[in-house]
Amino acid sequence: MATKQKIIVVGNGMVGHKFIDNLIHHPDYENFEVVTFSEEPRLAYDRVGLSYYFAGKTADDLMLTSGDYYDEHGVRFIVKDKVITIDKAAKTITTASGRVESYDKLVLATGSFPFVPPIPGKDQDHCLVYRTIEDLEAITASSKVSKTGVVVGGGLLGLEAANALTNLGVDTHVVEFAPRLMAVQLDEGGGTLLRNKIENLGVGVHTEKNTKEIVAGETSRYRMNFADGSFLETDMILFSAGIRPQDELARQFDLEIGERGGIVVNDSCQTSDENIYAIGECALWQGRIFGLVAPGYTMAKVAVSHLTGGDEEFKGADMSTKLKLLGIDVASIGDCHGRTEGSLSYTYSDDKAEVYKRLVVSPDNKKIIGAVLVGDVEAYSTMLPMMLEGMDIPGSPEAMILPTTEGAPALGVDALPDSAMICSCHDVTKGDLVEAIQGGCHELGDLKSCTKAGTGCGGCAAMVGQVLNNELGKLGIEVNTDLCEHFEYSRKELFDIVRSKDINTFDELIESHGTGRGCEICKPTIGSMLATKNNEYVLTDDNISLQDTNDIFLGNMQRDGTYSVVPRIAGGEIKPEQLIVLGEIGRDFNLYTKITGGQRIDFFGAQLHELPVIWERLVNAGFETGQAYGKSLRTVKSCVGSTWCRYGMLDSVSMAVNLELRYKGLRSPHKFKMGVSGCTRECAEAQGKDIGVIATDKGWNLYVCGNGGMKPRHADLFASDLDDETLIKYIDRVVMFYCHTADRLQRTSVWMDNLEGGVEYLKEVVIDDKLNIGASLEADMQKVIDTYECEWKATINNPERLKRFAHFINSDATDDNLAYVELRGQEKGRIMTDDERERAAKGEEIIVTEV
Amino acid sequence: MSWTTVCKFTDLVADTGVCALHEGQQVAIFLEKSEQKVYAISNHDPIGKANVLSRGLIADVKGVFTVASPLYKQHFVLATGECLEEPEHSVKAFEVRVQDGEVQLANS
Repeated sequence: MATKQKIIVVGNGMVGHKFIDNLIHHPDYENFEVVTFSEEPRLAYDRVGLSYYFAGKTADDLMLTSGDYYDEHGVRFIVKDKVITIDKAAKTITTASGRVESYDKLVLATGSFPFVPPIPGKDQDHCLVYRTIEDLEAITASSKVSKTGVVVGGGLLGLEAANALTNLGVDTHVVEFAPRLMAVQLDEGGGTLLRNKIENLGVGVHTEKNTKEIVAGETSRYRMNFADGSFLETDMILFSAGIRPQDELARQFDLEIGERGGIVVNDSCQTSDENIYAIGECALWQGRIFGLVAPGYTMAKVAVSHLTGGDEEFKGADMSTKLKLLGIDVASIGDCHGRTEGSLSYTYSDDKAEVYKRLVVSPDNKKIIGAVLVGDVEAYSTMLPMMLEGMDIPGSPEAMILPTTEGAPALGVDALPDSAMICSCHDVTKGDLVEAIQGGCHELGDLKSCTKAGTGCGGCAAMVGQVLNNELGKLGIEVNTDLCEHFEYSRKELFDIVRSKDINTFDELIESHGTGRGCEICKPTIGSMLATKNNEYVLTDDNISLQDTNDIFLGNMQRDGTYSVVPRIAGGEIKPEQLIVLGEIGRDFNLYTKITGGQRIDFFGAQLHELPVIWERLVNAGFETGQAYGKSLRTVKSCVGSTWCRYGMLDSVSMAVNLELRYKGLRSPHKFKMGVSGCTRECAEAQGKDIGVIATDKGWNLYVCGNGGMKPRHADLFASDLDDETLIKYIDRVVMFYCHTADRLQRTSVWMDNLEGGVEYLKEVVIDDKLNIGASLEADMQKVIDTYECEWKATINNPERLKRFAHFINSDATDDNLAYVELRGQEKGRIMTDDERERAAKGEEIIVTEV
Repeated sequence: MSWTTVCKFTDLVADTGVCALHEGQQVAIFLEKSEQKVYAISNHDPIGKANVLSRGLIADVKGVFTVASPLYKQHFVLATGECLEEPEHSVKAFEVRVQDGEVQLANS
């Protein structure tokens, strides 16, 4: 192609961005020039995840792209400028600011706008909608001066908005025109259960209410008068009564529009003008608008295909959904109302467990055509592909909704065809996963990072795990989880054995469940497990030989064989007198001293024989071991929070100190760190820690499994607005569950990436206590807390152990292999060069030289 | 052959090592627990270039007793000083015995 085709994308929402991103990754991208306009002040962000904004995510966290990314790929972008005219003949557009751009192809990705029913009084100050980040900012501001709030609309978006209002501490009501909630996705049984559950959460539900007018209220700011004569008083109103396609531009410039709105498109997503495409929620295909992101993404793909000479077609989309609303799991698949002629349906309902399931099958009783799941949506990931692929139900249909009992038929992923969609967020099919597995992704974490499957909403994570296990089985690849040559068990299996059989020494375990004498892999692993279980002193005769390099001398061995010394400074809080003591010790032992990233002080260059003397002084001054050498809790980093900071919501230092003192001494599969921030500015970088805690105006938000280091991972939001007690209960459970189930030397981030079911599963275990182990996890943690002793204090009081802290067993001489060089006014240890060693052997004095 | 006592047998902790200064050399001495046998090799780790082997962990590699270097975990055979991963970095083994409750190294 001689000149580049110029594409203008109107609207930089999720779908507009997806179109651009797909084009960027197309092999023919060099033949295109792309310009995009956004009416909003920022580029595309995750509108589906908008509610996370209330859980502490910032606008930046929600961004799907960046100016840098577009710059890098030559995409021109203009924000805060609305396209207002199209000249189809001249192939140009004009913007509100007067900018004129020509195009070869125009892509309309203008999305939708919230439908606000034409109710008199709807345009008042505290009558808002829920669509953009700016809307959320307005809602937050309004909530601060409102006691009660009403959401108009009991559909999916309405309930999400209700969730947001309750999170903001507003007494929330939902007003719905239809006789039940989520009338599109749920049948009567499902809707009723959902209503009960929502009412139990304290949210008022008012169905069959037609709002006539909004007038000034008597007890609140407004009064909503309903057609049936009743009324409701409220301080704010959120309209969430559905969406309407944003088709104004197309309408004005004579593109074909559907009767009830929407830009008519064909199977290639072209509008009535062949040079203009429409994709996403603004497009009307066969009389339908698709108000979900996945079909929008498919349209983006189809449009890119058509532009580049491909033949992909839009064939409609499945509108099945699974989501959590106000903490309640809800899913809807296909023809959930059983409207198909001759269809049969099965219903299961359990009032005690608050579960409702309905399965709709084909007239021949063989295929799934729809389902409603409330309270327990586990079957969704099996049912959906079965319906989409038209597969026969294995066994009897009722088995699909009955509670799982022993011997129930397993509904394997093996039966799914390669075309089955596993991850709809990232458009990953079973075939894509199989290809990646065959290409070498044999671990869940690898598979997820390579295909992106399971990294969107996470709903398919368990399914991805099942596909992996199934494929590995087929490839004949046995995943060897043996700990080492001495134990044919994984760490988790060994931990189960140690706990269930109450095994307390390495010898006992290797004699009963292993072979040989153990090695540098199994010994420290089992030493750590026994320490988690019993919290005994690690240097007893039974334990000492299990300790690795650092633990055996309770210090971090450095490259020259000297050690570093790190006392605990809980939460980073330290008295000036303690700082003076530390300074004196560093000076007296000539230790290279540095402040660590974890808000404490590290002394380097202590020789083996010096450790007990240094620690005796530290212990006498009231310090404890910081266990910087252990696979254990390191530090709990904090910002000053409400004690000093103008923005602090809660006392983050006190919480950090409490957490550090609570979990100090716990030995774990790998080191773990925590952080506590006093507000969402997040100065303690808690989201980069294994356990992160951030204060909100209503309590603590808990984040889990973050990591800095080599492969940074943002922690996942685990629970919001917790009180102190619940926060600590959850942390006890999460950390102990990690200790019990992680692999050796597996940080929480990798553990999470490999956890089948991901963070949702962890929530079920910890919050819902689905394995019924919550109390025992807490009891195990309590035992560790109750039996804590500073192991350095124990050591300096143990003359037998102190004997080992000498370089030679038969001489007071010290290691003659060490030389020192000056570094910015401190001495840094290093190993002698060969030449220096020869000269030293002849009795020469080795002069320290500058590097 | 003459011998020098470096420590008492009871100074050793099963399945760990100590370091002795013998004829100007640093010698790592280990007590292997299952056989209750004492071994001696050089304390110098030629890969990490530090005097630390006595502080390593005793590892059974396919039935052969070794010490895993505390620095970078290469295995040195207790009986011979051979380095399993990098044989060119093998270390010297010393003759050692337990006599009347005393651990003795052979003099050169």
